Amino acid sequence: MGINFKYYLKAFSFYELINGLIVTNKYLTARKITIKYPEQKTPLSPRFRGHHALRRYPNGEERCIACKLCEAVCPALAITIDSEERPDGTRRTTRYEIDLFKCIYCGYCEEACPVDAIVETNIFEYHFEKQGENIQTKEKLLAIGDKYEAEIAKMKATDAPYR
Amino acid sequence: MEALTRFLNNFLPDDLVTFILILLKIALIVVPVILLAAYTTYAERKIIGFMQVRIGPNRVGPLGLLQPIADTCKLIFKEIVIPTHSNRFLFLSAPLLSMGPAFTAWAVIPFSEGMVLANINAGLLFLLALSSLGVYGIILAGWASNSKYAQLGAMRVGAQMISYEIAMGFALVGVLMAAGSLNMNDIVKAQSGSIFNWFIWPLFGLFLVYFISGIAETNRAPFDVAEGESEIVAGFHVEYSGMAMAIFFIAEYANMILIAVLTSILFLGGWLSPLQGLDVLTQLPGLGLFFGNGLHWLALKACIFLFLFLWFRATFPRYRYDQIMRLGWKVLIPVTLVWIFAEGIAIVIGWQPWLF
Repeated sequence: MGINFKYYLKAFSFYELINGLIVTNKYLTARKITIKYPEQKTPLSPRFRGHHALRRYPNGEERCIACKLCEAVCPALAITIDSEERPDGTRRTTRYEIDLFKCIYCGYCEEACPVDAIVETNIFEYHFEKQGENIQTKEKLLAIGDKYEAEIAKMKATDAPYR
Repeated sequence: MEALTRFLNNFLPDDLVTFILILLKIALIVVPVILLAAYTTYAERKIIGFMQVRIGPNRVGPLGLLQPIADTCKLIFKEIVIPTHSNRFLFLSAPLLSMGPAFTAWAVIPFSEGMVLANINAGLLFLLALSSLGVYGIILAGWASNSKYAQLGAMRVGAQMISYEIAMGFALVGVLMAAGSLNMNDIVKAQSGSIFNWFIWPLFGLFLVYFISGIAETNRAPFDVAEGESEIVAGFHVEYSGMAMAIFFIAEYANMILIAVLTSILFLGGWLSPLQGLDVLTQLPGLGLFFGNGLHWLALKACIFLFLFLWFRATFPRYRYDQIMRLGWKVLIPVTLVWIFAEGIAIVIGWQPWLF
């Protein structure tokens, strides 16, 4: 038994407290890593999975052939598809709806699609203002596809070598 | 001030003029203190943010400088919810009871040569009394809320403040022994001469004890068990909302600023310039005003201590309740007692290093 001088010296000289203060002081002047979001944005991967879109062929015909693979693969049961035969003998959807509240943005629909019709774009800033707007109809999805076709095609091309 | 007195004397009775002048002086102290308290919250958020490699508030106004004003507006328009089975009168008077002493204490602070609202002879005693009164508001808030979290927070803060009051009082005794006066102005003047006449040198231990118990008195990290977010939500002010809560915050920050100012007055020579004695600098034509004594030195010293408050909060984890009690009773009080004893002997044998 004896007085632990080293312990008392450490305690009364605030050795460990000062060490801690030095650490926080170092970060006071360090470069901040915050991204000021609306002004600055982080780069997005070409595989980013945001809002969905339905694409068309360059001749204006919609790609989707109503094979229902996306509906089958969807783990959240967010996709609903009805289809019928057109007068020209092709099979097309009459209804293609994605419930964005159910959707978990896993991207399986995009992977399953044999004709690259349904894609997930890099649009992630969107909102709904009324009840029911969460269900994206075929028209809305096609409209988004038409509007962002250039970007979608570019993303697909960037990612193609790794697929 | 004298011109104003003469002007008012033309058409008002003497007593009324005195009354108006005192009210003016009070406003001149209280309004800046409230503004400073508001901007201390901004500084706190910015500095702690910086230390956590964030950037803190930056949305409202340039660099987020209008953030405290936006916060105040928000809090003013929020509803003050009064819990069902609470004591309505005590519930609403508790914030005022904690804010009152926090502001009243400023009456005896000498901001500069002769710049003091009430130059009373028992200034130090007055301060000690008022800092003890602050605990009533908090205990009442906890009790009147009729909530177990508030109650627990109030009990903790009561025990903690009473314990640290003693260490703080002893530290003040050391100062008053060295200065030979309870008058704040005289305490500052006793430290004049040069930077080496400041009480921080002979009373370094008491200075540390005073500042540590000052942090504990204001319930700031690492002594903020009264709030203890992870244990009792927000402590004594869980049930408060809107302006009632804002008043608690103003009181807390006013107390923080008060402790910072007091530490600089008692140990760092208050408004005395650290360069006094160096006549080469203080006699300079323009800059001499800056290098000489004045309010700006007090502000500068207080800012350093305020920064320390925030720095500590960003650095240290919260003390456990029993650790707080151990530090208060078993470390700080013995240290002050030994220091005062040694100081007393030094005074008796006539060795007074602060009187060079």
